[in-house]
Amino acid sequence: MNMDTLSPFILSLVTFIPAGGGLLILLIPRRDRDIKLFALVISILAFIISLHLPVHLHREAGAFKYEIDKIWITSPNIHYHMGIDGISVWLVVLTTFLTPLCVLISWNSIHGRVKEFFILLLILESALIGVFTSLDLFLFYFFWEATLIPMALLIGMYGHGRKVYAAVKYFLFTMIGSMFMLAAILWLYAKTGSFDFVVIQNAIHNGSVPGIEGASLWLFLGFFIAFAVKVPLFPLHTWLPDAHVEAPTAGSVLLAGVLLKMGTYGLLRFDVGLFPDQARRNAWWIMILALIGIIYGALVSLVQPNLKKLIAYSSVSHLGFVVLGIFSFTAAGLNGAVFVMLAHGVATGGLFMLAGILYERRHTYDISEFGGLATPMPMYATFFLVTVLASVGLPLMNGFIGEFLVLTGAFQARPIYGILAATGVIWSACYLLWMYQRVFFGALKHEVNRTLPDLNDNERAALTPIAIVALVMGVAPMVWLSAIDPAVQSALAPFAQLASKMVGR
Amino acid sequence: MTIAYLSGATMLLHSLPSLLAQAATLPQGVDYMRVLPEIVLSLFGMLVMLVDPLLDPDSSHEVLGTISLAGALAALAATFWMAQYPGIAFYNMVRVEAFSVYFHVLVIAIAAVAILSSFEYLKVQGIRAGEYYGLILFGTVGMCLMSSAIELVLIFIALEISSISTYILAGFRRREASSSESSLKYFLLGSFATAFFLYGVALMFGATGSTNVDVISVVLRSGNVTVLAYVATALIFVGLGFKVASAPFHVWTPDVYEGAPAPVVGFMSTGPKAAAFAVLLRIMFEANAPGRFWLIWVSAALSMTLGNVGALVQDNVKRLLAYSSIAHAGYLLVAFAAQPELGTSAAMFYAASYAAMNVGAFAIVSHFANFGEKYVALEDYAGLGRRSPALAAALTFFLMSLIGIPITGGFFAKFYVLSAALKSNLVGLAIILVLNSAVGAYYYLRIIVMMYMREPRGTVPVTRVPAATALAIAGCLLLTLYLGVMPGRVLDYTVRSARDLANDTAAHDMARTK
Repeated sequence: MNMDTLSPFILSLVTFIPAGGGLLILLIPRRDRDIKLFALVISILAFIISLHLPVHLHREAGAFKYEIDKIWITSPNIHYHMGIDGISVWLVVLTTFLTPLCVLISWNSIHGRVKEFFILLLILESALIGVFTSLDLFLFYFFWEATLIPMALLIGMYGHGRKVYAAVKYFLFTMIGSMFMLAAILWLYAKTGSFDFVVIQNAIHNGSVPGIEGASLWLFLGFFIAFAVKVPLFPLHTWLPDAHVEAPTAGSVLLAGVLLKMGTYGLLRFDVGLFPDQARRNAWWIMILALIGIIYGALVSLVQPNLKKLIAYSSVSHLGFVVLGIFSFTAAGLNGAVFVMLAHGVATGGLFMLAGILYERRHTYDISEFGGLATPMPMYATFFLVTVLASVGLPLMNGFIGEFLVLTGAFQARPIYGILAATGVIWSACYLLWMYQRVFFGALKHEVNRTLPDLNDNERAALTPIAIVALVMGVAPMVWLSAIDPAVQSALAPFAQLASKMVGR
Repeated sequence: MTIAYLSGATMLLHSLPSLLAQAATLPQGVDYMRVLPEIVLSLFGMLVMLVDPLLDPDSSHEVLGTISLAGALAALAATFWMAQYPGIAFYNMVRVEAFSVYFHVLVIAIAAVAILSSFEYLKVQGIRAGEYYGLILFGTVGMCLMSSAIELVLIFIALEISSISTYILAGFRRREASSSESSLKYFLLGSFATAFFLYGVALMFGATGSTNVDVISVVLRSGNVTVLAYVATALIFVGLGFKVASAPFHVWTPDVYEGAPAPVVGFMSTGPKAAAFAVLLRIMFEANAPGRFWLIWVSAALSMTLGNVGALVQDNVKRLLAYSSIAHAGYLLVAFAAQPELGTSAAMFYAASYAAMNVGAFAIVSHFANFGEKYVALEDYAGLGRRSPALAAALTFFLMSLIGIPITGGFFAKFYVLSAALKSNLVGLAIILVLNSAVGAYYYLRIIVMMYMREPRGTVPVTRVPAATALAIAGCLLLTLYLGVMPGRVLDYTVRSARDLANDTAAHDMARTK
């Protein structure tokens, strides 16, 4: 096939295949098995097509790849402008990689309203991919908001416990945060007459936006609040444990695996990309918040009696690394930040799947309810161990590469940040391994646990890719980094200029 | 009030000589073309009234409904015909232009959807159909005239035609005390407000010597603006503020909406409102009313805040939507504080998308309310997502649009208003709007939460959606989606008519200076 003719449409194809499939499910009669199979086929199809993106990506710095730029609405100048670089390409693939696994893991755990579940899941996937591919601020905001409703419904309809509270809290936190972003986007449009990311970036860079000096701090903060809620950065993280604990397994996997990355991706692409001056000026307190998040998240995880909450708080800690890496403004830090995003997506996604599998069998997340599970469920215990080790950051597993790079970057920025962040790595080993010990080792305290069935075929099919990818990412990180690095370098270009300007003075 | 009416008569007497001078030439055929939709609607209204006594009252619903639906569709066709003849008719009383054509189409479409969604309702509630459909058609005549009239006295008459029809429509559930209360309350407060409006018209006549919007505009732009003109603007705003349910003239809204029949609420929360907004646009922008800025600023800020805060604590869906309509009137008013051209197009777009989503939402509420409107509490919506998935999904979509989530018309509507406000440097008002939308998300979400995340209550019956209602809902759904995905064409049209409106006044200025 001629790749040049395909390349302008490939992004639209990847973005809209899942939603299109979701709409087709509407037409399928309510036979649960057919719906599940169809959703699986669609999500695997999207994954395979999305693999085209990294395989044929030109790995040099600079412009966006696979760009498509069509006029959508003329009067406010809104374009259908999509394109990806080495950063977003992997986030797209991460999304398409996790979704089929979510379908598999939900195979037996969703009872009732199966049709709606898979429609929402596929629409959510499309919206997530759209967030990473759009280069028009308006389009971006559109996809950003479009992720909101399906996720809230997934939590509220298929969750457990205080699901309504969690769904509403999630919705309102994100909604209020993104309102500020919308105001900032509209301000930029009012002054530049464009929603195009590249156009606005150039206009700000050339200083041709009237009134930007006075407004840039507020604009920076407007975007920042929306993204910080999503990351979530301490102290805006309180929605996350609630949403995670009550969400269905697939919801948690996508929430931790991809939705949180919307925040860090937004910080990197839009906040830092549009306002490098302000990003540099405000880096100190943002990095301190990130450090607080790393340590606070880890300490709370340490004392969690609830397995899922423990994993949720570990996300707060890991995402702190990402923010730390981004705001270190070093090549190592940024490369590491992007790599942690991917590694965390895979590993924590896996952990949530594993927690969900356990919940299906015992209907509880209480760690004290378990113990000695390695005997009845040896295969489950093995998968769990691999994933835990990946999350802890054992060398040769994917968590290690990213955190190592971030720590290098943090040291370069300011040694004390590196030292404090490094304690986070130790903490994560403590809480994850201790949790593993309490769940799997020791004597079987509860009789019910003796007869727990080991993994079934679906679950094995969902977990095997996670384990393989976690290992491959750790052994051959250059496959990923070779694409990430050029993009990171061009993201850092304004900072190099800034630095040389300061030296020149 | 008598005094106000008398002063209206005096005004007519004053302008009589000039009218007589013009009357030397009788109205031409083209003059009638320019009010063709109004003529068609009136004829069909009369037809409905005439046919009604000939039919068996138990089975007349469908025939009469079909006739009035045909009337609305014919009027829609007439509007497109009318659009071929832009210009002034009946001695400077009426003007056909892009602006008035837009509101004609909007108001008639609202009436058509309201008629469609009444088919089932009237049958279930056992309401006599003849007067009901007749009043909807006659009320629509008034609303159409409101949007094309450029003579304040004619605007007043049109306003009365539309208001009186809706007063009666509000009381159509005769056996319910709350409906009579609603009708009476609406009537008393409404006539009070119209008197304010008329008083304002009288003072405007005193200040400028004319009741013609174009002439007033020329006089007010020429610089000699008297205190009287400021007072006149304020009084006119009070009258119209009541009609659009903006704070602080909003207190009637929840009670009236709660008591009135649900399809009527869908109709009267959008149709007369859109027409009143058209009048407001004409008087505020085209006539360049002095001192309007702070009036609107305060009213917009109050409406948004009071509407949203009020809606937070409602347990009755109709009351909740009533407060939400106050809030939306506030969002719309923000556009009125912006620069004329930007504001006009944003307001026009908002009126259309608000109509689409609100009429749709009320069509679903009225279907679900069942006999005697028993099921309008928030609790009754529990588990609707499971028991009636299509209906719940449609309502969710309308609510998303009311929240302002992308791919819905409500999103672009809010978006254009916000960007008009920011371009006019109304940062304060823009911030209030943004905060209010965030608050608003909460109470719409409560309905969605009820429908999808609560267990169904067995006692609430779910009946099949009849074809007419389904058609009405589908129409609203498609329009909301269309405005949310491809707003370009409608927006271009509103921008063009806003420019026309601005040019009309400019042309008059030119004519004067020559």
